[in-house]
Amino acid sequence: MKVLILIGNVPDTNTKVKFNADRTAFDTAGVQWIINPWDELALTRALEVKEAQAGAIESITVANVGRVETEATLRKALAIGADKAFRIDADPADAYTVAAQLAPHCKEYDIIFAGVEASDYNGNAVGPMLAELLDIPSIAGVSGFNVENGKAVFTREIDGGSQTVTAPVPVMAIVQKGIAKEPRIPAMRGIMMARTKPLQVIPPQAVDARMKYAGFDLPPAKAACKKFTEEQARELIHALRDEAKAL
Amino acid sequence: MSVIAYIPNQEGIIKKAGFELASFAAALAEKMGLQAKAVVLGPMADEEMKKLGQYGIAKVMHDANESFGLLDNRATAKALATAAAEASVVVLAHNNEGKGVAPRLALRLQAGYVSAISGLPSSVEPFVVNKVVFTGKAIGHASINTDKKVVTLSFNSFGLHEKAVDATIEAFNSGCSASDFALSVQQTQKVTGKVLLSEAEIVVSGGRGMKSPDNWGAIEELANLLGAATACSRPVSDEGWRPHGEHVGQTGKIIAPNLYFAFGISGAIQHLGGVSGSKVIVAVNKDPEAPIFEAADYGIVGDALKVLPEFIEAVKELKKSH
Ligand SMILES: Cc1cc2nc3c(=O)[nH]c(=O)nc-3n(C[C@H](O)[C@H](O)[C@H](O)COP(=O)(O)OP(=O)(O)OC[C@H]3O[C@@H](n4cnc5c(N)ncnc54)[C@H](O)[C@@H]3O)c2cc1C
Repeated sequence: MKVLILIGNVPDTNTKVKFNADRTAFDTAGVQWIINPWDELALTRALEVKEAQAGAIESITVANVGRVETEATLRKALAIGADKAFRIDADPADAYTVAAQLAPHCKEYDIIFAGVEASDYNGNAVGPMLAELLDIPSIAGVSGFNVENGKAVFTREIDGGSQTVTAPVPVMAIVQKGIAKEPRIPAMRGIMMARTKPLQVIPPQAVDARMKYAGFDLPPAKAACKKFTEEQARELIHALRDEAKAL
Repeated sequence: MSVIAYIPNQEGIIKKAGFELASFAAALAEKMGLQAKAVVLGPMADEEMKKLGQYGIAKVMHDANESFGLLDNRATAKALATAAAEASVVVLAHNNEGKGVAPRLALRLQAGYVSAISGLPSSVEPFVVNKVVFTGKAIGHASINTDKKVVTLSFNSFGLHEKAVDATIEAFNSGCSASDFALSVQQTQKVTGKVLLSEAEIVVSGGRGMKSPDNWGAIEELANLLGAATACSRPVSDEGWRPHGEHVGQTGKIIAPNLYFAFGISGAIQHLGGVSGSKVIVAVNKDPEAPIFEAADYGIVGDALKVLPEFIEAVKELKKSH
């Protein structure tokens, strides 16, 4: 089976979010970029399966739509263990443009993994959109993946429980937490090898975005926390009922 | 032209999230001068669907094909596209099914899509909706520039708004046949007898400051008394003290209950990302400098293990006096 993992390039989760003066764009000055957390977990799980079962996974490719700055993130995915990478040289203007840029280059893969969202714009869109463009089934809320007797088996989270699901390939898995325990960290040997692994740059097509951000705001400042002592614990509960009307 | 709400069908039952979607669709339809409709897929009794009328839905389109229970997102998107052929806006729940179906539906309708919106559009022309971005660190004003729009609505962001009308139920043929359903479900594990985190109005959560999984009895007792769900920080689920499904935060579940209790949680930025939408936050932490107090509305600088029994007694007293 050939596996493709979509790799989002997102600000480090500790980033203090700032915008430009008229608050129309995210200020990237000084931002550290990382692999979108769910994408990193999907890559980790695919590698675990590839290593545990000889022949179950033939190759792992990672892909990103972005400009040259995102190559460091793709190289990190190669250092973690992916076999090859491609980058489509376009601005990821919205989820639709990302999916549309990717679609012509994703036809050869059996399983495509996409994160449930990117931790920057929290769009929840690229994976299912790409699946629709490819006309393949997609499974949402995937928290487990294995290959059993040559067949892909997924665990997915549903309202109030979980299920084991199979699907014919090609199939798209929309990944959430749980698929792997901890993301794998690149080892020195992996970093050395990543330098020579193939990273293909593909020219973009013309695609129009379907949504955009007109502006941003920081969340309104919270009023100061009302402090109680340990001895006043019961009074706090009363305040929740009488003052906050939350009970 | 209409606004259509896709109502989650939870084994023939409509839960609060479904009525919230109905309320939202009705309010949006009124704002846009359109009709509010709902779509239900899979088996459901007419009287259950009629309840949507209490929240302003005049017409429910129903395809009872039980294969929709497979949650095959491609098939569901196809069915909704048939139902929404003349719709201006389709709104889905921001649950796993909604997140999986809505983007596919948007492509079928050639519609722009925004997920996890937090209320009615601030402007209809152009169509601008607010949503949380950077996992709670900012609010984005998302503008959709296509004729048709698809959105998912964050749970508990709009609330229930009664507006009684008589809902008519109309069978419709979604055009999905056996060959449209590609997934097969091998096994289902249901969590029973617990309030679901994704639907809870009150959430009681514990962090590493709870010290040991053995101390969770008090968290569960408080949650039971309040009809609340239980949650935890990421290290707690990573350690296996609690199941993964309880992990809230940037990489876990994002929740916005009316009331969130944080016991022994430091309030790291990645944790707050998942809970900062809560209407009221109560923090109990030994460390007066813990960042959780910056996000909290009420707080106690103290030992969670001492405060929990006090909270439990206080809630018991409140319940008695009712
Ligand atoms: C990419 C990434 C994603 C992440 N995603 C998430 C996420 O989704 N959710 C999440 O929660 N974390 C996430 N984290 C981890 C996060 O950074 C913090 O490490 C984590 O939230 C800390 O959990 P905690 O507050 O339970 O533990 P700690 O940071 O260890 O804090 C324990 C707190 O308990 C207090 N305490 C100790 N004893 C007591 C007592 N007896 N009574 C009262 N208080 C006491 C301490 O003062 C302290 O503040 C993520 C990290 C990264 C890098």
